[in-house]
Amino acid sequence: MKKFDKERVLLAVAGPVIALAVAFALTSIVLIASGKNPVEPYTLMFQQATYSDIQVLIINQASMYYIAALAVAIGFRMNLFNIGVDGQYQLAAMVAAVVGAHVALPAALQLPLLILTALLTGAFWSGIAGVLKVTRGVSEVVATIMLNSIATAVIGYLWLPTVFGVKVGNNNTTGEMHESGWLPGIDMGAAGEVYGFVIIAVLLGIGYWVVLNRTRFGFDLRASGASESAAAASGVNPKRMVLTAMLLSGAISGLAGLPILLGDTHTYSLNFPTGIGFLGIGIALLGRNSPTGIAFAALLWAWLDKASPELDFHGYDKEIAVIMQGLIVLAVVVSYEAVREWGLRRQQRRVGAELAAGHVLGASASPSANKTEKQEVAGR
Amino acid sequence: MANHDIRLTVRKGTVHALVGENGAGKSTLMKILYGMQKPDEGTIKVDGEQVSFSSPADAIARGIGMVHQHFMLADNLTVLENVALGSEKLYGIGGRARRRIAEISDRYGLGVRPDVLVEDLGVADRQRVEILKVLYRGARTLILDEPTAVLVPQEVDALFENLRELKSEGLSVIFISHKLGEVLSVADDITVVRRGTTVGTAVPSETTPRQLAELMVGSELPTPETSESTVTDRPVLTVKDLRLEAAGGKALLDDITFTIHAGEVLGLAGVEGNGQTELIDALIGLKHADSGTIALEAEEITAWPTRKRREEGVGYIPEDRHRHGLLLEAPLWENRILGHVTEKPNAKGFWLDPKAAQEDTRRIVEEYDVRTPGIDVTAASLSGGNQQKLIVGREMSHKPRFLIAAHPTRGVDVGAQAQIWDQIREARREGLAVLLISADLDELIGLSDTLRVIYNGRLVADADPATITPEELGSAMTGAATGHLEHEETPESPAKGAKTTPAEAAPQADADAPEDEAR
Repeated sequence: MKKFDKERVLLAVAGPVIALAVAFALTSIVLIASGKNPVEPYTLMFQQATYSDIQVLIINQASMYYIAALAVAIGFRMNLFNIGVDGQYQLAAMVAAVVGAHVALPAALQLPLLILTALLTGAFWSGIAGVLKVTRGVSEVVATIMLNSIATAVIGYLWLPTVFGVKVGNNNTTGEMHESGWLPGIDMGAAGEVYGFVIIAVLLGIGYWVVLNRTRFGFDLRASGASESAAAASGVNPKRMVLTAMLLSGAISGLAGLPILLGDTHTYSLNFPTGIGFLGIGIALLGRNSPTGIAFAALLWAWLDKASPELDFHGYDKEIAVIMQGLIVLAVVVSYEAVREWGLRRQQRRVGAELAAGHVLGASASPSANKTEKQEVAGR
Repeated sequence: MANHDIRLTVRKGTVHALVGENGAGKSTLMKILYGMQKPDEGTIKVDGEQVSFSSPADAIARGIGMVHQHFMLADNLTVLENVALGSEKLYGIGGRARRRIAEISDRYGLGVRPDVLVEDLGVADRQRVEILKVLYRGARTLILDEPTAVLVPQEVDALFENLRELKSEGLSVIFISHKLGEVLSVADDITVVRRGTTVGTAVPSETTPRQLAELMVGSELPTPETSESTVTDRPVLTVKDLRLEAAGGKALLDDITFTIHAGEVLGLAGVEGNGQTELIDALIGLKHADSGTIALEAEEITAWPTRKRREEGVGYIPEDRHRHGLLLEAPLWENRILGHVTEKPNAKGFWLDPKAAQEDTRRIVEEYDVRTPGIDVTAASLSGGNQQKLIVGREMSHKPRFLIAAHPTRGVDVGAQAQIWDQIREARREGLAVLLISADLDELIGLSDTLRVIYNGRLVADADPATITPEELGSAMTGAATGHLEHEETPESPAKGAKTTPAEAAPQADADAPEDEAR
């Protein structure tokens, strides 16, 4: 059995490695085409990753990517495409910021309250798409894209000084949150502070794995993703499953903005990071929806983000990193499908070969059982 | 390695049958002959000339055409359009093509009308269109992949008539089939494939189905007969006035009433698409009845969701195992959980119990003789027969009270077929009620205690499996006969009747008769 385990590891690693290699190669071609050195940008960026302050930045950024990607991955695991993570996390962060600014409880209550607020807001926003899909058959892709746009409008409205907004200079904010809602970070000395929410992100990853792989619900969810028809025949209520997955995905999305909100900005302003939900899609794809894979992918993305500004100081454009991110996503889609098909075919052949060679599980027991059965048939 | 040391010689103007178990390598061989796959070694010669195909187009250019098991026709185009599609260069798309089609149709007695929409054609007509399509492209050698799987006996006879026409015009036919009786009646030569290689040839006039099967599997031909009646008078499944409507209000099922008792196998005969799928869906809970009731023993289950039904003892062997019975890319042990995720040994309360599930998968693999090197391989890597054995093992492991067995041995080799029949018989002896739906009429007649015929969403006829012949059943399946089918004595019937044991089965059939009439 070990052989097949090794096989699976090989298959799991082959896809991303091929994709990354292709993406690096294509980026180098772009660099050569624009008359630049095709290798130096990488060495510069690798060098950046060795500095401890950059490392802290990477980890902090990655925590948000990680949560957003987990949210996307839950949808992917059952063939739902939640493009609305972007709107969900922004709206959730804003509502949490507003609650944090207007409610003052002790930290032991304030933090859970803020987290719960974000969870519920995210779930509510994705739930709209879920309900539309279940009751009216509206594609979740269309609904969540529209909801992203609506979320932006809602945020603009909440920012009005007459609603919850507080103008700080030219900037729209929601006012500073009460300090009991600030999540202390992990002090790394001169390098800065790692967000406290990083730990929650790790716990989320573990929880994601446990729920999917060790619970009945997780099995139903994965079965729905693998084969909708087989899942329905096995007793999964497809509509309820769609709605539940949508709510779960939205709830987790709601947390994606909290690392920075609770750990650094303490207000929801115009400077709040946007687009994390969209990046999460690429990261979930690259990470093959597995919690460890996503962690690596999130770190890779954060590295490209945080190491690329340095390129500007050496005569390269930092947009090279963006080109790379795009190429990785493209390459990932192609290489995963190719590796998947290749793997299935390969296993089919190997199983055939093993059987031909007589390596059958329980081979010692079955032939004799077989024989008596045959005689019985003949006897009738 | 799928194929090795294959030797096959097809003579001009003959029907050459290729038989073998599922997974024996017939399909791979055909793909190679039709240019869909390249051989690693060996040679193919057509008319003595060595050839090499890199695509089906090459094969067609050499006069080799294939009629697939699943038809490749566009429903909303006419026969003419379907035939000309992709070969517009040959005879254009207008009058010339129409004349050519008529010419081929007349010459080989196919009776194809060029201007009918394909969606208006029955299965047998579609098959003739497929054959015509291949001839139109100039094929001199036709490969037919399990052509009789979708036909009723009368249609099979008509197909064989067509094949004889083709043969007499000097064409060659390679005929792939599971059904040994048919092979013997139509083929001039037979080649047997086993484990990826040709193990022998047979001359039909000197061979019996049994001998042929022995060649195929190295064991006796199993027969689906049930020996003694185990029917009790305890009703397990009672369906009353079941009606199911399509979106527009058209009845897919209407007035369906039947009872299956403990220890009884109720066989449902019918041409595919007459409501069998809908009936299965209604019984397993994928579709809910618009009116009427379904009861499992004393409880009414009409409103129960699928999961509750399965937990309460409705076993399900689906008609399309890939769509409804398996997660193809998941390992075997996860497939063992599928459908029974809330039950032991798969779960402890809210949590899955992978260890116990894996343990139990090993047991199923051994007890039900699923040929696999391990339980971590994906379901997709097993052959169809082994996938089916896993499904049967899984369903039987939960001790169902009522089993829906839809085409339980479709695409399953002879050896596995015998095992599956045995398991159904075994469970029936212990009081299981079975709804058996099958296109294999011998299987239906042999395994069932009671027979019903479904046509156009209604149960139109019933018959006594002890005396009925496949031909008589076939005429009811096409809607030609209704009510209680009486077997008519014909000189040939003793041979056919001898397959079952009338003496034992008759009293039980009598006991059932009033029940059936009450419908």
